Amino acid sequence: MTSPPRWRRFDEWDARPLRHDLFAAEDAEAGFATFQSPWDPAPSARVEDGRVVEIDGRREEDFDILDAYIAAHHLDPMVIGEAMAMDPVDVARMLVDINVPRDRLEHLARGMTPAKLVSVVSAMSSLEITFAYSKMRQRRTPGNQAHVTNAKDDPLQLAADAAFAVALGFDEIETTMRVASNSWANAMACAVGAAVGRGGVLFQCSIEEAEELRIGMAGFTSYAETVSVYGTEAAFVDGDDTPWSKAFLTAAYASRGIKARCTSGASAELLMGFHERKSVLYLEARCLCLQRAMGVQGTQNGGIDGAPLTSSMAGGMRELMAENLIAVWLGLECASGNDTRVSESEIRVGAKITPYLMAGSDLICSGFGAIRKYDNTFNPSLFNGEEIEDYLMLQRDFQADGGLAPVAESRVEQLRMRAIRAISAVFDELGLKRVPEEWVQSVAAASGSQETDSFTPGEVTRISETIRQRGLTALDVVRALAGRGFDEEAKNLLLMLRQRISGDYLQTSAILRDGGVISALNDPNDYQGPGSGYRMSDTRWQAVREVRGLQTRATVLERERHHDPTAPLWLVATGEAVKSGDPSDIVIGLSPAFGAELTRTTAGHDLIDVVLALTEGVREGGATPRLVRMRHTADTSFIGLTAARLAGSGYGIGIQAKGTAVIHHADRLPHMNIELFSNAPVTTLEHYRAMGRNAALYVAGQTPEPVIVPVDGQSLAARYHVRVAMLYAIETGLVVADAPPIELSVVLGQEGIPT
Amino acid sequence: MTTDPRYLYPLSENAPEHAVSASGMPLERLTLEEVLSGRVAAADIRISAETLKVQANIARSAGRDRLAANFERGAELVAVPQDVILETYEMLRPGRVTDPAVLSARAEMLRRDYGANAIAALIDEAVAVYTRRGLFRRRY
Repeated sequence: MTSPPRWRRFDEWDARPLRHDLFAAEDAEAGFATFQSPWDPAPSARVEDGRVVEIDGRREEDFDILDAYIAAHHLDPMVIGEAMAMDPVDVARMLVDINVPRDRLEHLARGMTPAKLVSVVSAMSSLEITFAYSKMRQRRTPGNQAHVTNAKDDPLQLAADAAFAVALGFDEIETTMRVASNSWANAMACAVGAAVGRGGVLFQCSIEEAEELRIGMAGFTSYAETVSVYGTEAAFVDGDDTPWSKAFLTAAYASRGIKARCTSGASAELLMGFHERKSVLYLEARCLCLQRAMGVQGTQNGGIDGAPLTSSMAGGMRELMAENLIAVWLGLECASGNDTRVSESEIRVGAKITPYLMAGSDLICSGFGAIRKYDNTFNPSLFNGEEIEDYLMLQRDFQADGGLAPVAESRVEQLRMRAIRAISAVFDELGLKRVPEEWVQSVAAASGSQETDSFTPGEVTRISETIRQRGLTALDVVRALAGRGFDEEAKNLLLMLRQRISGDYLQTSAILRDGGVISALNDPNDYQGPGSGYRMSDTRWQAVREVRGLQTRATVLERERHHDPTAPLWLVATGEAVKSGDPSDIVIGLSPAFGAELTRTTAGHDLIDVVLALTEGVREGGATPRLVRMRHTADTSFIGLTAARLAGSGYGIGIQAKGTAVIHHADRLPHMNIELFSNAPVTTLEHYRAMGRNAALYVAGQTPEPVIVPVDGQSLAARYHVRVAMLYAIETGLVVADAPPIELSVVLGQEGIPT
Repeated sequence: MTTDPRYLYPLSENAPEHAVSASGMPLERLTLEEVLSGRVAAADIRISAETLKVQANIARSAGRDRLAANFERGAELVAVPQDVILETYEMLRPGRVTDPAVLSARAEMLRRDYGANAIAALIDEAVAVYTRRGLFRRRY
């Protein structure tokens, strides 16, 4: 027996973007395990004399650096007894129970070891994790963070893109450099761009810790999230830190009035080669307990750099959600990942973000690429400049506030230009560079750095070095802006420096909205079921749903009706239509608005051409066409059937103005037509001509091949139905229940134009 | 009078008198006019230890005692110069210091010169764990 042929569907699947992704088999020994590994410890904790002497099966004398820090600073000996004794499923149920307050669960978490926390979230489905996240997250109002970088470190483009990100509504902007020595120029450019249009956007420049602290001290940046922690001792040391060095650094940021959050995430240890055969969730739970212990206000977790690797495993995306849940359960602000692009499949990308849109998050993405993918110096994000409108549409689809709102095209253009002018003015005022006008124009129009005629990375390095050497600060920039008439931008930048003094934004989950701080303290998530928690205000929802290119009845009718009331009629009524005795007579029934109020099919064919195609087709087939206007119905089947019953041959054609057409016979039931063109947008004049011809061939007693209008899988409904529904309402609006059909004659000149 | 410190939050709106910079400049003085007149210097846009302690009290009364402790450690570091901070951070990284006594001496210096008791305690704790885990071992 020969083997069956390869099904070509597999070739097609092989060619889809999804197949660029790699998927890993479960292999706990190699570290490829999401929720559980045979080498994960069972939850345990023991307290002696008020001291924690055992965590998850490990005795005090064997504590590694994470155990030691967690025992000393995370676990509350007063809570351990109660929390560790609880059944994990019972706790999981409390997490999704709207009647159990968030405070109660946060209290219990302080008595839970990493393995205990894992045992609880492991009992939850993706839906339950999403729901629990919406209840446990810290700030009520959701927010979002953007990446603003470019491949040339071009400050003009950074300023323009930062201003655009601000206009979209991002609460935080993170930049980094292609060339490390460009950090000061990048920081100045983004700080200026982020002050255009709106004040209060937090900004960070991701670079080596000491330099990041210096840039922060100069007032350019307001937060840092590069405080990375890892879930095994070996990975921690390999990352060149310990819990104590990171705790010290966290305190150092606070001492300079800079908001800080840690970074961790599944599979980081796997990528670094020190996973100890533990599940990625268990290792991340250790990271998170450690972060609470260090006293950092929040975390950036949910995979981050390890998200694609985690997503390669079965249940990987559920794991990423579970680790975000543990973060907020521990009372941490959560910038919930959704940054690194986990897949080449747009379907997987859209599915990845959806639970977060529905649940909300302090920062939904810890880096949404506000720029083109190739300009993202971190790496492509889950969502990027290319896909911003897709994201805006998902917000609108689910009526979910993802932190962004559409911005009108003209406003974007104004803001980008203003940002470029502002940074150019600052550079000039501070004697750093006179920016040529050609560069300004080039950057304003460019989608990304591949299109710009502007700074080279080398020129930026010289400017950056000058900023550093001269010790320029944000105060110098404020003065330069004001000196050149950019008063609003100067005030907006100053707003951030004021925060530096009050420290209000150091508290958990703090962002600035409308010039004031909102955080877990003054805007706490109070979700307790329907009617509570965050809901968009009417104003906010109005802004979120106003996407580009909305179809309204006014715009659709303006564009599509093409109705000129002064144009001569080409379909002239000649009296009430009656049944013909001519056996070659085929009636073509026209809908109420056909050729009058409506003049084109959805495919764009002029209805004059459509009528000519149908009538010529009928004649080619050897029959005689007769046009009749139907007024009692706008439905294609009933128009067709009425036409057939008037026809001497018993055969009729029914057609609507939008182009849907049917061949019918007098003896058939209304919906049992002979041939149907249901996809008007792809129906050609040749198809209509063939339909006329076929109708005539049926009259002649033949059985012709039905006319097939080929489709290629386009969603015609998505592409046309908004317009169709609006246009069809004109047809139905003209229906008069008992109005008799009217016979029509066509009055056309030599060019097929109404005379 | 004992009022819940949470009512002070946000300080910039509810209690600006507690928002005073490290140089002693009150928040109200940080206006565009003042900046343009040149009367505001870089030292004026630094948070003060006092303000951090108020934020610590707010965090603690909101049930966030770990965050409060971090703000208190931060308050201790306000007066510590930048180079000392960066040097201490470097010393705490694994393998930078091979002699525990050097790190202990740093803790003692911070306690003595800056009153940084919580920071010093953190470093002392590190010395004990690093010793037990063999982290006083040169890495390069």
